[in-house]
Amino acid sequence: MSKEVLLIEDEPNIIEAIRFILSRDGWVVHTHSDGTTAFEKITEKQPDVIILDVMLPGRSGFDILHDVRSVSERPDIPVLMLTAKGQSKDRARAEELGVSKFMSKPFSNTDVLAAVRELAGQ
Amino acid sequence: MPRTALVGSRIRERRTVLKMRQAELARSVGISPSYLNLIEHNRRRIGGKLLVDIARQLEVETTALTEGAGATLIASLRDAASGNAEAEKEMPRIEEFVGRFPGWAQLLSSSHRRIDDLERTVEALTERMAHDPFLSESLHEILSTVTAIRSTAGILNDTQDIDREWRERFHRNMFEESQRLADGAEALVSYLDSAGGDADVRSSPQEEVVAFLKAREFHLPDLEEGDEAAVHDLVVGDEDLKSASAVELAEAFLHRYQSDAEKVPMSDLLEALKDGALNPSALARQFRVDLSTILRRLASVPRDKIGRSIGLVECDGSGTLTYRKEIEGFPLPRFGAACPLWPLYQALAQPMMPVHRVVSVSARSDEVFETYAVCQSINAEQFDEPQVYRAVMLFFPRKAGEASDALHLDAGTSCRICERRKCVARREPSILADGL
Repeated sequence: MSKEVLLIEDEPNIIEAIRFILSRDGWVVHTHSDGTTAFEKITEKQPDVIILDVMLPGRSGFDILHDVRSVSERPDIPVLMLTAKGQSKDRARAEELGVSKFMSKPFSNTDVLAAVRELAGQ
Repeated sequence: MPRTALVGSRIRERRTVLKMRQAELARSVGISPSYLNLIEHNRRRIGGKLLVDIARQLEVETTALTEGAGATLIASLRDAASGNAEAEKEMPRIEEFVGRFPGWAQLLSSSHRRIDDLERTVEALTERMAHDPFLSESLHEILSTVTAIRSTAGILNDTQDIDREWRERFHRNMFEESQRLADGAEALVSYLDSAGGDADVRSSPQEEVVAFLKAREFHLPDLEEGDEAAVHDLVVGDEDLKSASAVELAEAFLHRYQSDAEKVPMSDLLEALKDGALNPSALARQFRVDLSTILRRLASVPRDKIGRSIGLVECDGSGTLTYRKEIEGFPLPRFGAACPLWPLYQALAQPMMPVHRVVSVSARSDEVFETYAVCQSINAEQFDEPQVYRAVMLFFPRKAGEASDALHLDAGTSCRICERRKCVARREPSILADGL
């Protein structure tokens, strides 16, 4: 059975590229673009891995990560966080909130694919 | 080395210029060549008739031999030397350097100030990079676009068997993102170009405002008549006010100046000052204004009308200097904190309690300054707001023969270049060598 990824990102062309890469690798890719309802989407989909952008409309990736780790049914779900803010303080904040892996934009397709595979234990 | 010691160096320099032998000069003023030699090497003090005679023989005014270099210049050079071990070793000879090579000293001081300005500019730009919302948003936008392009290009390059439909879609995405990248880059360049103007030599809006006022000698005749439009006319297009923040600050300052001028008309103030006495308390009572107003007003009187240089400094509740009108002998630090002993800060610690002190700002100089300071709330009538205090201090050199009943206070400019080693208020070690 294919593993599932939930990609929470608001840039359409980044969504398209990541979806293409992961789909060809055999993943089922769900996408979501709104920060406000992202946590509900996670609860609904229960993916194997979450790819989470930091800057989202409505609610930041940090807030969503906080909810995943503190109030979700699966607080240990792997989360790969993407950000164009590669500052050390953002990385520190993400680690403090329990991120599984942190990746700065721009990233390579190979790195994203490797990170998702690693988080899924492949 | 005391400042008077420089007289010897100047005598030697002047004699050398005239190609006069030491023995010849000594004979002409009735002293031995060996004694003149001691004077020229600053090992004997000189004054009175002998100084007048030597000056006459050297065909210069006595003041040309006795006049010391400006305290501001020396303070600036000390600041420049701080942190440089070799220069600090030679600190005891700084006045000699200024006296013998005034042009080089001025150049060094100017260069040091320029470096300070540039460092402040870098700091301001770094701060802007970190906190400017437009810049942050623009960079985020560009990085996101680059990410999309990189990923899409990677797919097109690495995937041999990609469907035609997907290939066309990715080509379209690439085109869209490249357009977006071009637009974002153009907007960013345009923004940085426009921002470059206010990142000029003067690195803070306050400094721009001070430069604006200094160019007018801190007196603004156009605002004395209460013309509402005068403020606008003064600031618009002024070359010293480069940034929007500086224009805003200048306008606020000028409106306050105008308000002060209405309460204390210049002609009336000059009339009140005719007897030569400068008593802020009496003047405040006479014009029925608060002390802050009269102190500011006195600092705006032209020097030729009041017969002396008058300085003024203001700070906010944090102690940060927000306004500087510097005068010779009482340098004001451009960066960092000032001397905590200043009456300005004593006033800040006790709002509404005027402080009058006679202050010496250098252990090496006999010059003393009358200072008047007061701290007042700028929103005293508000119940539900935090009280915001501002302190102001007026200062001017006391003339010879003038008496004062105020307490004497030994202070400085700032700890770093202050020679009072055992000061109770010292915040950091001085860079000055012992004995200076």
